[in-house]
Amino acid sequence: MDVDGTRERMAAYLRDHHDKVVGRWSELVVAGVRGRTSREEVRRELEDLYTLVVRVLSGADDHAAGELTAALDELSRGRARDGFTPSETALGVFSLKEAVYELVADSAELVPEYLALTRMVDDLGLRTFETYSVTREQIISDQATAMLELSTPVVRLWDGIIAVPLVGTLDSARTQLVMEKLLDTLVATGADHAVIDITGVPTVDTEVAQHLLKTVSAARLLGAECTISGIRPQVAQTIVSLGIEFGDIATKATLADALALALRQAGLKVVPA
Amino acid sequence: MERVPILKIGEILFVSIQIDLQDDTVIRLQEDLADELGATGAHGVLIDITAVEIVDSFIGRMLTTIGSISRLFDAETVLVGMRPAVAITLTELGLSLGGVRTALNAEKGLELLNGKS
Amino acid sequence: MDELPIQSGDDVVRVRQFVRNAAADNGLSLVDQTKLVTAASELARNTLVHGRGGAARVETVKSANGRVGIKLYFTDEGPGIPDIGLALTDGWTTGTGLGLGLSGARRLVDEFELTSKPGAGTSVVVVKWSR
Repeated sequence: MDVDGTRERMAAYLRDHHDKVVGRWSELVVAGVRGRTSREEVRRELEDLYTLVVRVLSGADDHAAGELTAALDELSRGRARDGFTPSETALGVFSLKEAVYELVADSAELVPEYLALTRMVDDLGLRTFETYSVTREQIISDQATAMLELSTPVVRLWDGIIAVPLVGTLDSARTQLVMEKLLDTLVATGADHAVIDITGVPTVDTEVAQHLLKTVSAARLLGAECTISGIRPQVAQTIVSLGIEFGDIATKATLADALALALRQAGLKVVPA
Repeated sequence: MERVPILKIGEILFVSIQIDLQDDTVIRLQEDLADELGATGAHGVLIDITAVEIVDSFIGRMLTTIGSISRLFDAETVLVGMRPAVAITLTELGLSLGGVRTALNAEKGLELLNGKS
Repeated sequence: MDELPIQSGDDVVRVRQFVRNAAADNGLSLVDQTKLVTAASELARNTLVHGRGGAARVETVKSANGRVGIKLYFTDEGPGIPDIGLALTDGWTTGTGLGLGLSGARRLVDEFELTSKPGAGTSVVVVKWSR
């Protein structure tokens, strides 16, 4: 809000002293960046922001505010990805105040105008903090998804026999991914037997058992038979004590046993050469 | 209302569902299959759902009912070509297609049906 | 927001197709699309058969952290559901229960809200988020 034209006057001042202010601002930011971004790039980024800041202050057009926040968010995201701390980015924004202060310090007339500028710059600086959090969260989430993908391979053991070696906990997110990969592989390879190996699954409780049952049901809908292998003695005891029933799903101690069973069911026999 | 065609190939009734199923179409298919089973004495029913994107409770019930009806005529039903996304959804729903066997594709489905008879 | 009438079997098919397109356009995975459309099919059928006809609305929504989602509204001025608890039990898989498919639909979506009073119609609102 610019009831008495304060912001407009600041905008005009910034326009008149463009080169000096942007130059000084650049210097201050470059000092903080410590070589992680080039001078030219910093200057370019700040020129863009500066122009937008002036437009917003002058109140000339309605789009300026949206463009400014977009440009600032883009800058913050880039900095977050490049490993800058949120303080470093924020301080870079705040240093515009210092650059302007150095010029207006002597004239007492521009105090209200300067105040209007500082209010605006403070908001912008705070915003970069928020963008930082959101960006980091997105990165962490993407990494988690990538890790999930990597740790869920589906391998072909033999003609018509595929295996899903599970390593780590089997939660609902993992189960969804396992089901998708398993079923897609069944379609792609035309396999009719899947061995789900849980040697690498640390705990098998009622929830994990349900996830396994779901996975087997889904595979069966595509005509595949399943065997669960890798039942360690400890796990076997837990399963029994929890009263978990695997019904008509074959279970074996090791992947080797499960492979032998699958080969037998496929009518194949392994003989010495 | 569209009707799903039923083909007789040897001793097998072959149904390939290619359209978006409306409830009326589903009911009609069930009736038509019962008629055909009675009229032809076929030993098996092969239902191909490779092109089906959605199987909800109504369609699921139809499939189970067809399985039961076939059994009354001493015929076996095999459902083939279920899409992974559909299988996962059905599992989430907890729907069991009791009494209906499944196979990956028509070829394997026929092997199942012929192996039986 | 788009409004679709549900007064016939054809309308149910149309709702499915519309929801499918909306889900695909907004980047939901194939499995999530299938789950949402299946839920929509159940709810649309309920609206038609038990609600004696009504309407569906499809809306694209955005969560606080920027995820996109599809929100569906199913409303009817039918007789309402006298016992919501019963309607939401897992009856339909065995063919018993009220066969309303509501419990099934609930499992397929991320958010589910049912409001119904005997004589005052039913409204079901569901949301499925992209991952």
